[in-house]
Amino acid sequence: MRLRAIVFLFLLTFKLSAKTVWVGKMGVKTIKEALSKAVAFDTVYVPYGIYKEGNLVVNKPVCLLGINQPVLDGQKKFEVLSIRASDVKVNGFKVQHSGFGTLEDPGAIKLYNAHRVEVSNNELEDNFFGIYVQYGTNCVVKNNKIKAYGTEEQQIGNGIHCWKSDSLQIIGNQISGHRDGIYFEFVTHSIIWRNISKKNIRYGLHFMFSNNDAYIGNVFKENGAGVAVMFTKGVTMINNVFEENWGDASYGLLLKEISDSYVFGNKFIHNTAGVYMEGTNRIHFEYNVLEYNGWGLKMQANCMDNELLENNFVANTFDISTNGTLVLNIFTGNYWDKYEGYDLNRDGTGDIPYHPLSLFSVIVENYPSAMLLYRSIMVSLLDHSEKIMPTLTPDNFVDNTPSMHAIKR
Amino acid sequence: MNRIVKFIVLDIFRNKIILSYTILMSALSWGVFSLEDNSTKGVLTLLNLILLNVPLVSIVFSSIYLYNSSEFIELLLSQPIRRKKIWLSLFVGLQTSLILAFLLGAGIPILVYAPINYSFILILIGVVITAVFVSIAFFSSIYTRDKTKGIGIAILLWLFFALLFDGLLLFLLFQFSEYPIEVPMMFVSALSPIDLSRIMILLQLDVSAMMGYTGAVFRQFFGTRIGIYITFAVLMLWIFIPFYFSLRKFKKKDL
Amino acid sequence: MILIKKIKKQFGKLKVLNRVDLSFEKGQCIALIGPNACGKTTLIKCILGMVLPDSGEIMFNGVSIQNDDQYRTHIGYMPQIGRYPDNMTVGQIIETMKSIRKYKGDFDERLLEDFKLNEMFDKRMRTLSGGTTQKVSACLAFLFNPDVLILDEPTAGLDPLASEVLKAKIILEKEKGKLILITSHLLSELDDLVTQIVFMHEGKVHFHLAVNDLLQQTGELKISAAIAHVLRAKEKNQTGTLRNS
Repeated sequence: MRLRAIVFLFLLTFKLSAKTVWVGKMGVKTIKEALSKAVAFDTVYVPYGIYKEGNLVVNKPVCLLGINQPVLDGQKKFEVLSIRASDVKVNGFKVQHSGFGTLEDPGAIKLYNAHRVEVSNNELEDNFFGIYVQYGTNCVVKNNKIKAYGTEEQQIGNGIHCWKSDSLQIIGNQISGHRDGIYFEFVTHSIIWRNISKKNIRYGLHFMFSNNDAYIGNVFKENGAGVAVMFTKGVTMINNVFEENWGDASYGLLLKEISDSYVFGNKFIHNTAGVYMEGTNRIHFEYNVLEYNGWGLKMQANCMDNELLENNFVANTFDISTNGTLVLNIFTGNYWDKYEGYDLNRDGTGDIPYHPLSLFSVIVENYPSAMLLYRSIMVSLLDHSEKIMPTLTPDNFVDNTPSMHAIKR
Repeated sequence: MNRIVKFIVLDIFRNKIILSYTILMSALSWGVFSLEDNSTKGVLTLLNLILLNVPLVSIVFSSIYLYNSSEFIELLLSQPIRRKKIWLSLFVGLQTSLILAFLLGAGIPILVYAPINYSFILILIGVVITAVFVSIAFFSSIYTRDKTKGIGIAILLWLFFALLFDGLLLFLLFQFSEYPIEVPMMFVSALSPIDLSRIMILLQLDVSAMMGYTGAVFRQFFGTRIGIYITFAVLMLWIFIPFYFSLRKFKKKDL
Repeated sequence: MILIKKIKKQFGKLKVLNRVDLSFEKGQCIALIGPNACGKTTLIKCILGMVLPDSGEIMFNGVSIQNDDQYRTHIGYMPQIGRYPDNMTVGQIIETMKSIRKYKGDFDERLLEDFKLNEMFDKRMRTLSGGTTQKVSACLAFLFNPDVLILDEPTAGLDPLASEVLKAKIILEKEKGKLILITSHLLSELDDLVTQIVFMHEGKVHFHLAVNDLLQQTGELKISAAIAHVLRAKEKNQTGTLRNS
């Protein structure tokens, strides 16, 4: 027993006595040297300077601390920082000019099979991939500024790329100019929180085969094609903002083959299509705001058993469009600014049901050129007569209890 | 010329129809902007109202005024004034009064409520549409001697441009949906000044970007500076060509 | 002063004027008469340039009126039915006409006074009766002291008193040496006015005679009787007996 305590104390002092290794005048010349000199749980301090040391490999659990944001430059040839050990911490660096190449996906900071790694407060500029996590668990990527200047999809990697990982935390990062801002494939039980992903070439967030994740409070803005969430179960999306995603095949949020998920309190503003649903099932879509979109919600006919509850549809060109006639989704208590009904008993709910699908949206779905007639008197007449006597639009596409007022939270 | 124009404008401005038109446009505009909670939506609603009412009033009122003035025109003709000058004075007089009525009625609320970048173009479209339909009225009424028939034709022309033309467009669209018809459609739409104005305004507003691929094609044309110039040039042709032909006819007409 | 040469005008198939030759001189007061639709009004409108003849020529003071509008400064015209913009007042109409005409001489406002139109200057045109509108038309015709007066059914619609006023004015102007052209249905009215008669029928000038010659040749005392005589003669196809002296 006593022996055990002694061993424990010994270990504790060992840990407490972890050394610090300095790079620069007070210590070794290069980071490489410092890394080889350091032992597990040492801290390596790197003062400001421009370091062009090719590929730096971290293969033991150390803490790399930059002071006054030293610059690690990959000279467009090398992967800058390869983390091949767990419990590594990288903080306060500027990492730039990583190598470019599509074969081995060089990144500014790349994690190989590493756990409990924290990458925080770094600035990444002009790299192929920004932060690349593969086979990682319990890693934290926090408060990094990641910026690139990509122009074409094939010639640039993703900002934060996560692959086959679990329990990640992606928090407070700002990403722009990459192919996808944040990329998740086969990543589970992770959270994406308070990031800002904008002006990326393809998606602000690209999300596939990643079950049971949540993304909360992020802003996705002006990305080439918006946000894509595909082939996944159990995603929670709360309080995100999807904004300014314009273009032919552009969406605020693309939900493709998603089931049993929860979309709550998000804002979709100024998108060609606010939300595009294809093959989504059993989704709760609640308290969202869809405003100033071309199409508020495009719902393909293969979507089933989704519940759309108390959302605000305001100032969209079309609130909803669909390509089929069979509707197996439920609309309840939404606010539609195009609703022209009345509320005699003043309970805040319209007394007559609202059919959000306009005839013109059906025509445009089949004949896109008809858009030329948008807002013409002819079309208004058609829409009104269809509202009175629905003949061409599915009559089960209906909100029986439309709200009279915009829903506030 | 100034005196006849002034005379006509004074006469029209004491006309009850013009007065009620001004009040109607004013009421509609104030109403739309105070009922709609966001001004872009107000602009769109008002655009529809303008494109419906302004052509109707412009063409019908001008026709009636021309028919009622036939004796006065004779009197003017017995004076030492050139025919061209008489007809031009009537044209300018009617244009001025109807445009003024529009500006007083709809222009002020638009300036007050609409976002500044939209208000200008909305007012401009109202003015141009007025001018176009006055011009069409000159054309239709000089070729029809009978007053009742002439007013009937004016209403039919309005109906055609406001409604039937779009129906025709829709029909063409369904018929030729297999082909890439976006560009031909743009040319066809130039045949209706109402459509042309509507598309131009829509592409100035944000909604344009929502139109997907087709929207993009239209935007590529109508949305650019050159596109706007061309659209305006076409609208100007819509003002000048009908009037030009009416003037040619008037010079040779027996009264 | 006015020379009409071989004027032809056709509306559709109807030949309204068929080779009309006429000449009018200063100091004459010509009555243009004939049954309805004989081409009187069309002839007047041709002279005024409102109707453009298919062929032939009209000379005013030796100059063709084709493509000219300034010759009309010498003409005062009173239409058969005057209609004016509804919302303008009598005064505004007269003021506007004055400013349009750019007439430099003295305005002849005697009729304005005689018809007491001065008192109605603020009345809107649409509130006026047909007779009062005619008075306005008459005033406008005489206002600019023109050399030629063309009066289309001047007394139609006027009350007898106004009618006499107008006739007195016409006589006065005739004596000043002006050319006056009148169309009228009421032949009895013309007795003390006219010096020449032009009788038209189916687009042709049937005869153009001085009143004295007409009375002499028919042996009648009144113009109306003389014309009735001629018409009877015409039915007997004896028109050839009439000669211009």
